Amino acid sequence: MIKKMMYIIFFSFVSSQIENISVDDIINKMDKNLNAKSRVLKSKMVVHGRRSSRTIESKNWVIGTSKSFTEYLSPAREAGTKMLKLGDRLWTYSPQTDRVIQISGHMLRQSVMGSDMSYNDMMEDRPLQEIYKATITGSETKEGRDQWVITMEAKVIGLPYPKRKTWVDKEYFLPLREELYAKSGKLLKTATLKDIKNIQGRWFPGKFIYKDELKRNSKGTEWIIDNIEFDIKIPTSRFSKALLRK
Amino acid sequence: MLFKIALKNLLGARLRTFLNVFVTCISFFMIIFITGLYDGMRQHAKQVTIDTEIAGGAYWHPLYDPSDPMVFEDSHSTLPPKIKDLVNDNKAVPILVSQAAIYPNGRIMPVIMKGIHPSQNIVSMPTNTLEKNKDINIPVLIGKGMANNTKLNIGDSFTIRWLDSDGTYDADEGTVVHIMDTENFKLDIGHIWIPLKKAQKMLALENEVTYVSYAIGEKKIKNLGSWIHRDVDYLIQDIEAAIEADKPGNQIMFTILLSLAAMGIFNAQVLSIFRRGKEIGTLMALGMTRSKVVGLFTLEGGINAVLASALTLFPFGLIFWWTAEHGVPMPMDYSEMGFMIAKQLMPVYSFSLIATTTVLVFFIVIIVSYLPSRRIARMKPTNALKGKTSI
Repeated sequence: MIKKMMYIIFFSFVSSQIENISVDDIINKMDKNLNAKSRVLKSKMVVHGRRSSRTIESKNWVIGTSKSFTEYLSPAREAGTKMLKLGDRLWTYSPQTDRVIQISGHMLRQSVMGSDMSYNDMMEDRPLQEIYKATITGSETKEGRDQWVITMEAKVIGLPYPKRKTWVDKEYFLPLREELYAKSGKLLKTATLKDIKNIQGRWFPGKFIYKDELKRNSKGTEWIIDNIEFDIKIPTSRFSKALLRK
Repeated sequence: MLFKIALKNLLGARLRTFLNVFVTCISFFMIIFITGLYDGMRQHAKQVTIDTEIAGGAYWHPLYDPSDPMVFEDSHSTLPPKIKDLVNDNKAVPILVSQAAIYPNGRIMPVIMKGIHPSQNIVSMPTNTLEKNKDINIPVLIGKGMANNTKLNIGDSFTIRWLDSDGTYDADEGTVVHIMDTENFKLDIGHIWIPLKKAQKMLALENEVTYVSYAIGEKKIKNLGSWIHRDVDYLIQDIEAAIEADKPGNQIMFTILLSLAAMGIFNAQVLSIFRRGKEIGTLMALGMTRSKVVGLFTLEGGINAVLASALTLFPFGLIFWWTAEHGVPMPMDYSEMGFMIAKQLMPVYSFSLIATTTVLVFFIVIIVSYLPSRRIARMKPTNALKGKTSI
């Protein structure tokens, strides 16, 4: 009986600790799960159109949140296309034109490979805590998972999305769904994270679904992670502009 | 004397002369008609552009380039005082240009969103329709081509998404209040028009504009600062360039037509010299100099051109008159294809066009008549009399 009581006290203490966790800690843990010192991954992007879907395979090398190099592997039309992101600058190389183009200004609003993601969405890398004021606005259980509902309001000017609403899994510390709103409060985009797996000691989603909510009957864009390795050494030469043409 | 003989020879040749004259006449007609159509098209496009878009001219923000939507984000500011005075006197209309995305029937479509004063009367656009429905959040004016592309009708609502001056996304519902039937595709395809004040509020650009079109007859303002004055000639240069780009194709066609006429006349001249050897010999034997014989044959060719002009004037002249009066109906609406072509195209047959074409045709006919006639100069009268003619 005493043993039972001890267990009850222990678990209620642990659960109360979890419930008492601050929103900053949640976002911190979320960031830690999603971002790593470095990562190399192979992925597929499935762009669902009105009539058909396209699958684009790519390999990414990423260091922190500021350096990333992407090489598209298939289909043949996209194979050889490369993308380099260094801080707030982005370059693309297309083998068809054999030219390196810097994507800037209005071009950042264009869709990436016809997907529901814009270059701007890809470029967003500042820690959420720095740019949003977050508050826990609720707690829900969806599909058997306990989740915090976190509402984030922009605390700096110039963010593409001034308001976000995120459902964070209480066990994985990962957002399972995110809603991105316009200044008027209209829902613009959603991101859904699925197939959560434990990889090298961290929870990471195996599938992201991005959707432009203003498009009617859109199935969105799926980003499926086939293979990912964290914290491996990537030579700095990988992030040079010269490598775009090679 | 020479003229009489030449005319007699031509009338004697009957069908051959008629065919030569007819082919030359067709070339004449086609060159004048097609060039007239192009001149009419150019004049119409220029007039439509002036009426609906540029009026007397424009003042642009220094960074504005209508052909580069990437610069719209930065090409806006408050107006320099002198231009502002012009706007306040209702002698100019300010326009704010930005990029946006619309979702008609749930499909995404990039557009150029332009804010314009609804009460303006500088350019011929039904902008007053934008202020009719005060209860509509974002009243939108679109062109017929845009309405067809988006399947939107008057009263339909659709989502507009834009980035404000801070780079933050915003979205709201716009409602089509009017569909304008304009021949100027540059106001129609890919464009939505909303009230200027609304656009400035949406983009967080209070009192800022991208360009100003001023009334016809207004004088150019000096000392504008960084804003750039654009006159009508500058603003219609893209239309001129598009029409110029079509010219080589027409010139090839004109060359083929003229070559056909020239070949007919050349062939007739060669045949005449070959067949009329005894006649040439007799003329020479009777004392006509070689140069006069050459002149006779050249004149025969020249009369061909005169007869062709006469033939062009009578039956084809009626076609010129009728088309200039009533226009040429176009089989389809080209504005959706990016051409500023009237549904009833009015050709313009200017005096300079007719004079230039006449001189050109005459010149070519005289040349092709003269070239084979030169051979006569090398002929011996005795051989010519015997009918020994080598061409």
